[in-house]
Amino acid sequence: MMRHLISAADLTRDDAVLILDTAEEMARVADRPIKKLPALRGRTVVNLFFEDSTRTRISFEAAEKRLSADVINFAAKGSSVSKGESLKDTAQTLEAMGVDAVVIRHGASGAPYRLATSGWIDASVINAGDGTHQHPTQALLDAFTMRRRLVGRDAGLGQDLAGKNVTIVGDILHSRVARSNVDLLHTLGAEVTLVAPPTLVPVGVEHWPCEVSYDLDRVLPKSDAVMMLRVQRERMNAAFFPTEREYSRRYGLDGDRMAKMPEHAIVMHPGPMVRGMEITAEVADSDRCTVVEQVANGVSIRMAVLYLLLGGNEPAVTHTRTEEK
Amino acid sequence: MSKILIRGAKVLGGEAQDVLVDGETVAEVGSGLSDEGATVVEADGRILLPGLVDLHTHLREPGREDSETVLTGTRAAASGGFTSVFAMANTFPVADTAGVVEQVWRLGKESGYCDVQPIGAVTVGLEGKKLAELGAMHESAAGVTVFSDDGKCVDDAVIMRRALEYVKAFGGVVAQHAQEPRLTEGAQMNEGVVSAELGLGGWPAVAEESIIARDVLLAEHVGSRVHICHLSTAGSVEIVRWAKSRGIDVTAEVTPHHLLLTDELVRTYNPVYKVNPPLRTERDVMALREALADGTIDIVATDHAPHPHEDKDCEWGAAAMGMVGLETALSVVQHTMVDTGLLTWAGVAERMAHTPARIGGATGHGRPVSAGEPANLTLVDPAYRGPVDPAGFASRSRNTPYEGRELPGRVTHTWLRGRATLVDGKLQ
Repeated sequence: MMRHLISAADLTRDDAVLILDTAEEMARVADRPIKKLPALRGRTVVNLFFEDSTRTRISFEAAEKRLSADVINFAAKGSSVSKGESLKDTAQTLEAMGVDAVVIRHGASGAPYRLATSGWIDASVINAGDGTHQHPTQALLDAFTMRRRLVGRDAGLGQDLAGKNVTIVGDILHSRVARSNVDLLHTLGAEVTLVAPPTLVPVGVEHWPCEVSYDLDRVLPKSDAVMMLRVQRERMNAAFFPTEREYSRRYGLDGDRMAKMPEHAIVMHPGPMVRGMEITAEVADSDRCTVVEQVANGVSIRMAVLYLLLGGNEPAVTHTRTEEK
Repeated sequence: MSKILIRGAKVLGGEAQDVLVDGETVAEVGSGLSDEGATVVEADGRILLPGLVDLHTHLREPGREDSETVLTGTRAAASGGFTSVFAMANTFPVADTAGVVEQVWRLGKESGYCDVQPIGAVTVGLEGKKLAELGAMHESAAGVTVFSDDGKCVDDAVIMRRALEYVKAFGGVVAQHAQEPRLTEGAQMNEGVVSAELGLGGWPAVAEESIIARDVLLAEHVGSRVHICHLSTAGSVEIVRWAKSRGIDVTAEVTPHHLLLTDELVRTYNPVYKVNPPLRTERDVMALREALADGTIDIVATDHAPHPHEDKDCEWGAAAMGMVGLETALSVVQHTMVDTGLLTWAGVAERMAHTPARIGGATGHGRPVSAGEPANLTLVDPAYRGPVDPAGFASRSRNTPYEGRELPGRVTHTWLRGRATLVDGKLQ
């Protein structure tokens, strides 16, 4: 296993399947009366958040605590960082305190990569979202959710997502979730289609391992999973689309559109949802929508990633893949 | 006055000859010249060029002496074989008055390593709104003839038109940093395949090309000449080629780094590769080399842009744009243009000395290596191969993209009006 998790593109198919399988083991912990494993006892993990993100931060924190790690939360706002301290100095300060892993959320694309490769620190670096680049644990939890729903909890062990059709809809241009999912889902054998107005698709997308469509209604009938991305209202001020209503009409998911999806197909959303914009309440609250499951799965995935990166002492996975070193 | 005999030098890469310098001028060029009373430099077949001229240097003084001063910058210039540099106006305060340009000019005189010709800002404070006192800067002791808001584009078409017209009165030229500002808001790198993957804000080629297209048409309309700074895309080459074919009085420069490096390097997120205009694609690099060879692009200019370590030792988004270039320029040009067979050394002299001196009006620079000419000379060892070591730079800054990279060629000697500023690679 690698030492850092920076990009979903760095994961091989076997790495990814191992993480998903490990996460299934971790999920069982959540069913126990005492939701705790001793795997990271005595290890210190810092959650270094330069951007506000309560959801992702508490998900990592829950994962770290369930593995018995010592947790430090560092929110850069209101800290020395806001007074001009550099990323390098902040990281070195934390390392001097004996940190084994840094979970970093940063507004600048590439900041976690710099942290992991510049020789500033020795700790493992886990990317919890950087700018508009990557958010690999989100992609992993999404893949985990899809595998559970579309392949099966037990049947899915050791399996990838070969042959599944996944549609990702919304602001692809500014989305680290989309980039991570395209990379990981492709690695796992799924067929990905991106749907967005042309203004919200990056120049250069033609080199991504996926299809691009501007027509949601044509893509829905062949989708096994439809992932709706949040679209910030402010985007319309920069002329990415004319109005909120026009966006919703053309690219939003409502009950009528959901009815075009196959029976088994699921609706996903990384949260936070903008109800009435990219998704209607009817869809968000339906049984086919996995938003809440994704949150629960996020903890399991982050436990698995922390466990595998920091090399817990006891094997967490009991089938074939663990023999490989 | 002291005499120097440079023995067995290939002048502009031609047959080995002796060059006798007497005082500030070249006294004689021939074979078997007498070394009586002269300090002898055995050239051993090295290449003798006119002292190089850089039309685009950031010396940072006044205001950012932590990254470079006129003294350290001119020392770096002498190390790189330059005898004349044009200092860009984006200092603090901006070089938009006679007072500031005279200060920079005077500091250059005092340094003694290389002539410094200040460039004046086109608009007050580089803000693109109101013309600076271009005439006063021209009439000052600094005698400014090149005007540029470099770092920023003169994006207002009317201001650009007026500037182009106004400087005709005294033979000036406007050097445009072509960057449409609205198309490059938040831009971090070339917009394309790599930026899509890395999630970095895109700097599209069209933002450069649309301004160049507009400005060559403006120059044609008002009958002025215009110079395009650091041309970086294949499309820009096409536009300049078209403009020249129409007889428009346009000149263009390319930086060494745009002749060699591509945006693939940004995958490292190492801000040493962050520069404006950004590194482009392999296709652009090849088009720029070809354009420099066929004369569509007139000159090489370094865009030497020193930054302190802390401005590069950070995440990409927070890093400053720019690279130092004076001390590696000739090596990169040898590597990309001479060793590839695209240019002869005479062609290099034209593009790095004669033509930049002509565009900028640098009197006494970029002259032929012949009797009676000012002894501004550079001796180059083209056989040298070695890794770039920033620790050895004379510049105060180390932000080079070539650290550790093997590059050919080394400037061993530089003479400024007969005075050696560099001997055997050591500053004097």
